[in-house]
Amino acid sequence: MHDHGAHGGSATAVAETAPRMALIGSPNSGKTTLFNALTGLRAKTANYPGVTVSRSEGVCPVDGQPVVLEDVPGTYSLDPVSPDEQIVSDLLHDRLQGVARIDGLISVADATTLHRSLVLLAHVLNVERPTCLVVTFLDALAQRQGHLDTRKLSRAIGIPVVGVIATRGQGLDAVRDLIADPSAWSTPVVPPPIELGEVDAWIESVLAAADYRPPLPDSRTSRVDAVLLHPVWGTLTFLVVMFAFFQSIFTLAAPLQDWVAQFFGWLGGLVSDHISNRWVSGLIGDALIGGVGGVITFLPQILLLFVLISLLESVGYMARAAFLMDRVMARARLDGRAFVALLSSVACAIPGIMATRTLPSAKDRLATMMAAPLMTCSARLPVYVMLIGMLVRPGQRIGPFPAQGTVMFLLYLAGAISAMLIARVWKSLLDRRGTVMPFYMELPPYRMPSLRSVALAVWDAASAFLRKVTRIILLTTLVLWLLLNLPARSDSALTQAGVDAKDQAAVSAYVIDHSPAAAIGRAVEPVFRPLGFDWRINIGVLASLSARETFVSTLGMVASSENPEKPAEALEQMTVQRGPDAGRKLFDAGTIAAMLVFFIYALQCMSTIAILRRESGAWKWPAMAFGYLFALAWVLAWLARLIVNTVRG
Amino acid sequence: MVDITEMLRRRTVSAATGTAAGQLTLADLRPGQRGVIVGLDDSHVAATMRRLCDLGFTLGAFVEVLRRAPLGDPTLFRVKHYEIALRRSEARRILIEPSDRAAEQHRGSAQAG
Repeated sequence: MHDHGAHGGSATAVAETAPRMALIGSPNSGKTTLFNALTGLRAKTANYPGVTVSRSEGVCPVDGQPVVLEDVPGTYSLDPVSPDEQIVSDLLHDRLQGVARIDGLISVADATTLHRSLVLLAHVLNVERPTCLVVTFLDALAQRQGHLDTRKLSRAIGIPVVGVIATRGQGLDAVRDLIADPSAWSTPVVPPPIELGEVDAWIESVLAAADYRPPLPDSRTSRVDAVLLHPVWGTLTFLVVMFAFFQSIFTLAAPLQDWVAQFFGWLGGLVSDHISNRWVSGLIGDALIGGVGGVITFLPQILLLFVLISLLESVGYMARAAFLMDRVMARARLDGRAFVALLSSVACAIPGIMATRTLPSAKDRLATMMAAPLMTCSARLPVYVMLIGMLVRPGQRIGPFPAQGTVMFLLYLAGAISAMLIARVWKSLLDRRGTVMPFYMELPPYRMPSLRSVALAVWDAASAFLRKVTRIILLTTLVLWLLLNLPARSDSALTQAGVDAKDQAAVSAYVIDHSPAAAIGRAVEPVFRPLGFDWRINIGVLASLSARETFVSTLGMVASSENPEKPAEALEQMTVQRGPDAGRKLFDAGTIAAMLVFFIYALQCMSTIAILRRESGAWKWPAMAFGYLFALAWVLAWLARLIVNTVRG
Repeated sequence: MVDITEMLRRRTVSAATGTAAGQLTLADLRPGQRGVIVGLDDSHVAATMRRLCDLGFTLGAFVEVLRRAPLGDPTLFRVKHYEIALRRSEARRILIEPSDRAAEQHRGSAQAG
């Protein structure tokens, strides 16, 4: 499968001849802002071949000629503490297969942290390739009464140095001029020392020569942190921010989602009005428009989630949230940064899995990705609402609480606790290989959000979602629709079978009952019988493998085929048709409990599988996720039914 | 071309003093306190200790404890003019000599050493 989008295609096409530069710097150095400012929308993100380390490549036009820029993962050192950090030095040494050779290195350093940032530059200079230095955040340095003479710094180190304020576009032209020809760059006579004591002395001498005066502590950040990291106020603010985050995903996105749903409903209506052939109109209206529409309904939610995540990220609050939550996440052997990914998964696992890109360790990324589908996503909501409605009456109470709401809360809780436990298991398994990464996390000063970076992050998320996911969803809904509706039957064939061709409900009942899907549903009955499912539930479960919410509509179709007037009643009165417990009410408490538990665990979402493949870089991760979650879902659903049936006698 | 990774891996965390009983570590300081790094526990994973050095926790560097997370861990430090959070498990490996304001006057010379 090719990972190249429309823009990526152009980057690859020019890769043969155009000079290639790698942007290398620590996290928070302004490297990605610089990359975005230079490449704009001419960038693509993917993974390095075969690993869970994300990679950005983009084209920067210089005098009409393309220069390819590679945004190397942020790092503090070229001395790797994990296999994924090895990628950076492998890249600098042209040792990565499938990645073209690098012609020059652009080292990026934050002017306010030069005492630390030049350590990485010393490492990079020892690779002995053409290198230049871009110093960022000169405005912040001046604001905090620091000083730096970039010309003197260039002379002291022996390489070209450019100062930029990327958010204001200042200095970008100088960078473009510079990267046009890396062969003209000056090089130091001898590379700087890298031994631990000596590199400090080198940095001191170089900075002294550049008249460097370090900045005063950022007083604004200190004042804000005194509140936001305060034991009481900080915790309160955190809860309020997360509550608002959560609420806005559901309340702000809901009307937008309705509009999208209405639009596709209108489109589907047009199809059924204008195409008389029942089969063709069903294929286009239900399968194509319904399937794609069903997925695009989630787009507003995903967009909003990414706007909020990248806003909080670029302001600097995400690092604070991670600092506050680290102790909690440590119980899952993850660090605080994984919290955001898991929280986002409550809306939808897709942005949650994409948000793992901010995690520094590949092991943490994988463990979080494997656990993210367990968080109760919004697609489970309609399923839960339907099943809970059949399980408990609206008036019922558990103690002082309404029973329906309590069950819903318990389902969310079960999802979250399971996710933490599963993440811990995966992390422990992954940690058995190789060393454990130490935990450290820089808290950058609060900064004005770069709207450009926010827009680009949202654009990237949306386009990746649409490109990758609609293809797979389209395919699976098509296959499912065909399974439910094949073979195509003419009106005369229906009449022969004793079905009134004018009665829509009767027709769809007959078609479903004689479809390949029903045959499959009956064939897998032995697998699901211990859970109390019969072939009708099985069709729903099979259909929900593409997307959970289709469970409701599929069961609705099955039910309305039995009683078109009152499908809900039909559903409640269904009985098991054959097998040892024939005649039992199909939707009894034990079976509903089993279904609820099954939906907590099973990975029933093609989009999530697609995004897992994309973000993990290999098919084995989604395959394993599907396998272990299915096994877990089956065993725990079986247990749930056993317990409920035992309790009820 | 030199393999920088190999070169960096061969570095030694200099003058490790081990964990003698009673030796103060960064984890022992309270928010608001400062200290000078006098050693790094070399019994710990070497790659981790080299990384802490690359992050600025080098011999002679001044560290200020800014605040602890509400749940008690991690702790936020200021070192080399920036702010970084470490967990207790890593902070314990950094041996410290508490310092007062007078000692800070020697900051420049201490860092160069």
